[in-house]
Amino acid sequence: MEVVYSVCVGFMTACGIFLMLRGHTFTLVIGLTLLSYAVNLFLFASGGLTIGAPAVLDGSGNYADPLPQALVLTAIVIGFAMTAFAVILAMRGRADLGNDHVDGEEPIDRLAREEKA
Amino acid sequence: MSLFDHLVIFPILIPFFVGVILLFPSLSGSLEKQRIFTISANLLMVIVAISLLIKVQQDGIQMYALGDWSAPFGIVLVADAFSALMIALSALLGLTVILYASAGEDKSGAFFHPLIMFQLMGINGAFLTGDAFNLFVFFEVLLIASYSLMIHGGGKQKIQANIHYVFLNLIGSSLFLFALGTLYGTLGTLNFADMADKIPLLSDSEQLITKSGALLLLAVFGLKAAMLPLHFWLPKAYSSTSASVAALFAIMTKVGIYSIWRVHGVMFGDQAGELANIALPWLWPIALLTIAIGAISVLASQSLRVLCSNLVIVSVGTLLVTISLNSVQASTAGIYYLVHSTIACAAMFLLAGLIQQQRGKAEDRFVTARAMPQSAKLGFVFALLAIGLIGMPPLSGFVGKALILQSVTDAKQMTWVWSLILVAGLISLIALSRAGTSLFWRTSGENTSALQGHPIQYLAIGILVGLLPLMVLFGGPLTDYAQLAAEQLNNGLSLQQLNEVAK
Repeated sequence: MEVVYSVCVGFMTACGIFLMLRGHTFTLVIGLTLLSYAVNLFLFASGGLTIGAPAVLDGSGNYADPLPQALVLTAIVIGFAMTAFAVILAMRGRADLGNDHVDGEEPIDRLAREEKA
Repeated sequence: MSLFDHLVIFPILIPFFVGVILLFPSLSGSLEKQRIFTISANLLMVIVAISLLIKVQQDGIQMYALGDWSAPFGIVLVADAFSALMIALSALLGLTVILYASAGEDKSGAFFHPLIMFQLMGINGAFLTGDAFNLFVFFEVLLIASYSLMIHGGGKQKIQANIHYVFLNLIGSSLFLFALGTLYGTLGTLNFADMADKIPLLSDSEQLITKSGALLLLAVFGLKAAMLPLHFWLPKAYSSTSASVAALFAIMTKVGIYSIWRVHGVMFGDQAGELANIALPWLWPIALLTIAIGAISVLASQSLRVLCSNLVIVSVGTLLVTISLNSVQASTAGIYYLVHSTIACAAMFLLAGLIQQQRGKAEDRFVTARAMPQSAKLGFVFALLAIGLIGMPPLSGFVGKALILQSVTDAKQMTWVWSLILVAGLISLIALSRAGTSLFWRTSGENTSALQGHPIQYLAIGILVGLLPLMVLFGGPLTDYAQLAAEQLNNGLSLQQLNEVAK
């Protein structure tokens, strides 16, 4: 289970980073969302993975670490708020600047211009 | 139990409740009422901060267990001398910023006062918190307030700079959580004191993981503090926002520095066994390079606000040097310099705002323009601040820099630190005098408009400028206090000590 779990988290992180390296706010937001999912899963695993164990003491002595679950809960809430802000900012930027590039203007594609000439 | 016992949590509660109350209909409709309310709340904050300062000095470290759950299970707030000093600094800065903004800057958009309050709440919380996850939470509180404050008033330039700032910080937040998960996975706790206790006991394989987590944290704090490869967002962000917000942001980079001090200077400090001082080999060259790049950018700056932002980067580099020197004496010097540089940079940002107002279209760019109506007054303040920022006597910049230079004892380190700090000082002297001459003397014709700065704006700048000579006059007690803070930092705090403090 640990191997599958860590591969999944790693793959999501890689996808998130790939999307964030593209210079447009839309892909950036999607990348951030993926990254925050990966972060939440990662935090969840940081207390050790268990199956069928409750997060609170039930007297049997077999319980999952409750702290990572609390952390994930907080991180999800904060992540949602931040993503919402980022989306609104991206929309405002698109409206004010006329494009959705993070630098406020599309970079000049030198190769394409040479072809035209 | 008296009200005085709850003093530690007031710096978080006051701005929170004031911020919420400001959103209520009777207040949110009238800017006049909001101004009076926030200014009086900020005065209260200053009083609370000073009484906390006195209490910490008299009774030692204060701990506040939320809901009376003891550490490491409960959330605790810890106020030692360093955090109390930072709280006092943020309260003072908050007061001056609100005063300055009350002259009209708060009119340019909605919710200025509540946002400032939430920002102060986040900053104070980050200084007081005793565990790493709440540090993250308070970071997010102060960041989301700062995102909105930065674009307060709107405009293309602000939006553009804000996109970079917001997305960089969001990526930083994700990395922060990755680092916290890594540390929790090996240490099983996020309480600072408990983590410090457990770090020396790690097995070899766990040490490697913990090390990667700790260095990831360094990158995150470095991003907030504008440490070298991660500093490029700062000049654009600080120079495009309004003067009062930029002045408040002067303490934001210091939150990053403070966290590096807490985590890498203390938790992974001398007592951390195998993992002792893991960040120092990285911090040392980065600190020196930050000063160098900052100084070069100061020379290249085309406007007063960009110049001032680059001076912030230089001061960040200087503070990182004092952290990487890793001694009580260096930390004392660093803490003194931190207070000075925050006040001086904030005052300069406010002054840049006034200059910008009076120069019309030329704003604060170093070009020939009509003379400012109040150029004599502004020029006098500018000269005073320049002396402070450069580090010339008789103002506090000189004392701070002298203390730092004095605290370097190793000959090899001395060559690097002395030469870089002194050359950076010379460069800021050149850049600031060039800036001053072009702003005040290279003028074409008189300005006929009667655009005057509001007295309350001068009062705000006056408070900050007045603190600089006061920091020299009361240099003795202040360095004693900084030394107390540095010693408390250096000694660290174990969980057992923490719980004893509570009793």
